[in-house]
Amino acid sequence: MTILSFTIIIFLGSLLAGFLGSLTGLGGGFIIIPMLTLLLGVDFRYAIGASLVAVIATSSGAAAAYVKEGITNMRLGMFLEIATTIGAVAGAFLAVFVPTNIIAIIFGCILIFSAVMSLQKKVAQLQPVAASPLSEKLHLNSSYPSSNGIIPYHVSNVVGGFAMMLVAGILSGLLGVGSGALKVLAMDNIMKIPFKVSTTTSNFMIGVTAAASAGIYLQRGYVDPGLCMPVTLGVLGGAVLGSYALTKVQTKQLRRVFAFVIIAIALEMLYNGITNRI
Amino acid sequence: MNKLKQDKDIGAAMGTLLRMGVIISSVVVCIGGVIYLFRHGHETPSFHVFHGDTSLFRTFPDIITGVATGKGRAIIQLGILLLIATPVARIIFSVIGFLMEKDRLYTGITLLVLAIIITSLLTGAKI
Repeated sequence: MTILSFTIIIFLGSLLAGFLGSLTGLGGGFIIIPMLTLLLGVDFRYAIGASLVAVIATSSGAAAAYVKEGITNMRLGMFLEIATTIGAVAGAFLAVFVPTNIIAIIFGCILIFSAVMSLQKKVAQLQPVAASPLSEKLHLNSSYPSSNGIIPYHVSNVVGGFAMMLVAGILSGLLGVGSGALKVLAMDNIMKIPFKVSTTTSNFMIGVTAAASAGIYLQRGYVDPGLCMPVTLGVLGGAVLGSYALTKVQTKQLRRVFAFVIIAIALEMLYNGITNRI
Repeated sequence: MNKLKQDKDIGAAMGTLLRMGVIISSVVVCIGGVIYLFRHGHETPSFHVFHGDTSLFRTFPDIITGVATGKGRAIIQLGILLLIATPVARIIFSVIGFLMEKDRLYTGITLLVLAIIITSLLTGAKI
C-alpha cells in the first residue's frame, strides 16, 4: 500500500466517522481511534494525536453555530474549564507512563459507558428549589430562550460537578477524545442543568480541553501530519454533512443501532487490550 | 437587559472567530496535504511504528523553518497549530468580554484557564 491510497482510505473512514459522530452526538473520536488502531494497524499514540486534533476541529466548528443562539452558559463553561484543562494536562502527562494496552482497556470501558449513556432517554431534570450558595456566589445561575419564553435555571452541587469535570479532563487527555458523555453526565445528573444548556456548554468546553493536551502531544511527536491531514479534513467534512442531515433524518433508530456497533467495537478493544495485542 | 444584548454581541463575534479559525486552518492543512502527497504519495506508510522523539516538526521553530522551505508536512503542522490556537483565541476573546462587563471574578477565572493552556503549550515537551 502507498501513502496515497492509505490517505484516501483514512479520509473516507474519517468522513463516515465525522458523519455518524455528529448525527448520534457521540463525537468522531470514538470511531476514529478504533478504525485507525484495530482496522489499519496504526500505533495507538498516533491515533490519539490525530483524534485529538479532529476533536478540536469539530468542537470549534459546532460551537460557532451554538454561541450565536445564546444557549451556552459561558460562565459555567469557563468555571468548569479550570477543572477540565487541569485534568487534560494531567491526562497527557499520565499517557507517557501508561502502557498502550491499559489505555485500550480504559478506552473500551469509556466506549461502553458512552454508548449506554446515548441510549438513555433524556428526561427533563427537576429543577432544585433553591440555588446552592456556591452557584450564587459564582453567578452560575442563568436562563435560556425557548419557544415558551425565557426559562431561568439554577445550578446545584457545584463541587460534585467540578470533580466530575476533572475526571472528564483526565480521560480526554489520556485517550484523545472529547469525553462529551462524561461532561453531559456531570452537568445533567450532578449539577441539574437543563440538557439544552448542558449539550452546548459541553461542546464549548471540549475544544478548549483538547487544546490543553494537544500542545503536549504535538511536542511529543504524537501528532503526525501525514495522518492528521486526512483525519481532520475527513471528520470535519463528515460533521458538516451530519449537521445538514440532522434536520432531515430520524436519529432515534440510528442512535440505537450505533450504540450496539460501539459496544461491539468496545469489546474488541477490551479483548485486544487484555491480550496485549495493541 | 442591556447586559444580555452585550452577551449576544460577544457571542456572535465569537462564532465568527471560531468559524474563521476552522476554515483557515483547514485550507492550510489542505495545501500542505497536496504538497506532501505529491512528493511522498508513492512511498510506503509507517504509521504502525511510533517514532516519537525522532519525528520532525514538533516545535514551533522547526515548523516555521519547514514552512519556509516549502515542506508539505510542516505546512500541515502549521494548520494544526492554527487549529489548536482557535479555542485559545476564544479564551483570550472571553477575557476581553468579561473585562468589558467589569466582571472581575470571571476575568480572573478566564485568565487562570488561559494560564493553564499556555503553560502546557510552552512546557509540553518537558513534562
